[in-house]
Amino acid sequence: MSDNQGPVWEVFVQKKAGQPFVHCGSLHAFDKEMALQNARDLYTRRNEGVSLWVVPSNAIVASSPEDIGPFFEPANDKVYRHPTFYQIPDAIGHM
Amino acid sequence: MEINKFEEVFEGKLAKNEMVEPKDWMPENYRKHLIRQISQHAHSEIIGMLPEGNWITRAPSLRSKVVLLAKVQDEGGHGLYLYTAAETLGISRDELLDNLHTGRAKYSSIFNYPTLTWADIGAVGWLVDGAAIMNQVMLQRTSYGPYARAMVRICKEESFHQRQGFEIMTRLAFGTEDQKAMAQDALNRWWFPTMMMFGPPDAESPNSENAMKWRIKRETNDQLRQRFVDQTVPQVQYLGLTVPDENLKWNEAKKGYDFSEPNWAEFKNVISGNGPCNKERLAARNKAHNDGAWVREAAQAFAKKRNEIYVAA
Repeated sequence: MSDNQGPVWEVFVQKKAGQPFVHCGSLHAFDKEMALQNARDLYTRRNEGVSLWVVPSNAIVASSPEDIGPFFEPANDKVYRHPTFYQIPDAIGHM
Repeated sequence: MEINKFEEVFEGKLAKNEMVEPKDWMPENYRKHLIRQISQHAHSEIIGMLPEGNWITRAPSLRSKVVLLAKVQDEGGHGLYLYTAAETLGISRDELLDNLHTGRAKYSSIFNYPTLTWADIGAVGWLVDGAAIMNQVMLQRTSYGPYARAMVRICKEESFHQRQGFEIMTRLAFGTEDQKAMAQDALNRWWFPTMMMFGPPDAESPNSENAMKWRIKRETNDQLRQRFVDQTVPQVQYLGLTVPDENLKWNEAKKGYDFSEPNWAEFKNVISGNGPCNKERLAARNKAHNDGAWVREAAQAFAKKRNEIYVAA
C-alpha cells in the first residue's frame, strides 16, 4: 500500500543528563529526521527529557517469553555474585 | 509447549496481577477484545479533537486559545499512544484507521454531540475529560502492559484538561447572568451524554464480563458512573448550577447519590450512527486523512531518494 504511515520506531528518552535512556513508546515515521521530530512532539511535550533515541522497531532483537526459564536461569544459582554472600567481620563495619 | 500449558501461564499471570506483554501467548479472544477496546479508545481521542477544534479560532482570549490548542494537541498525542499500543497486538495502523474511516469501528458516543457555545468547551473539559479520567485511572492497572503504560502517560496529561474546563465554567458561573445561563445550558446538554460514556448498565453490557475476568477492566460501568456522580455533584453545587436530573438525591445508606439513568435508547441510536454529528465527524476525519495523503507520499518519496529505506514493521 503506498498510502501508509511509514514504519514503526521505538523511542527512548533520557530524563536528565547522566541517567539511562528509557523506552517510552513508539511512533510511525518515514525517515530518521521525521522520527526524531515526531518523538519530540509526541513524548517530550512537558520537559520529559533532555535527549532522545529513535530506533527502527525491526532492528530490535528481543528475547522471547517462552525461553524465560532456560535463558535467565543460569543466574539463579550464582548467589556468590551478590555482596550478601560474603561475611565481613563486625569490627570492619560498612564495606 | 501445549496450548493448555500456555493458558495456564496466562491465567497465572492474571491471578498474580502481572502484566501480559506483546510477545506473551494470549487467548485469541483476549487479543480481539483488546484490539477493539484500545482502538475505540484511540479513535475517541482523535475524533474528540473535532468538537474542541471547532472553538480554537473563536476562543475568547489569547490565553484560552493557546490552552485549547495545547489540549487538542494532547488529544492527538493520546490517540497516537493508543494506536501504537493496539499495533503491538498485530494490527496495522492503516487497518485501524481504515476501520474508523469506513465506520466499521466505533468511538465514544459523546463526540457526536455539537459544541454550540464557548461554555461547551468548559463542560467538555470538566465533565467529558473528568469521566474519561475516571475510566483511565482504572485502566492504568489493566492487564495488558502497553495499554497500561499508555494510560499512565495519558492520565498525567489529562488532569490539566479537566482543570482548564472547570476554570472556564467557574468564570462563566460567577460572571454575568447571561454567562451563568450559558454555563447552565451547557451542563444541561452535557450531563446525560457524559453519563453514557461509562457504557450500558452492567446487566446489559455485552463485553463487561470478559473485560472483568481478564482484568482489562477493574471496575464495572455502574461503579464508575456512581463514582463520577458522587465526585461531580459537589462541583456543580460550588458553581451554583443545577444538575438537570430531578431524581438526583443523596442516599445516606449507600453514601452516594441516587440518580436517573441516561436515555439508553438515545445512546444506542447515537452509537449506531444517528447522533447529531456522526456524519460530520466522519466526513471531517476522512477529509483530513485524504488531504494529508500527499504529505505521506512526499515523505515516503523523500526517504527513498535519500536511500533511507526502513521496511514497514
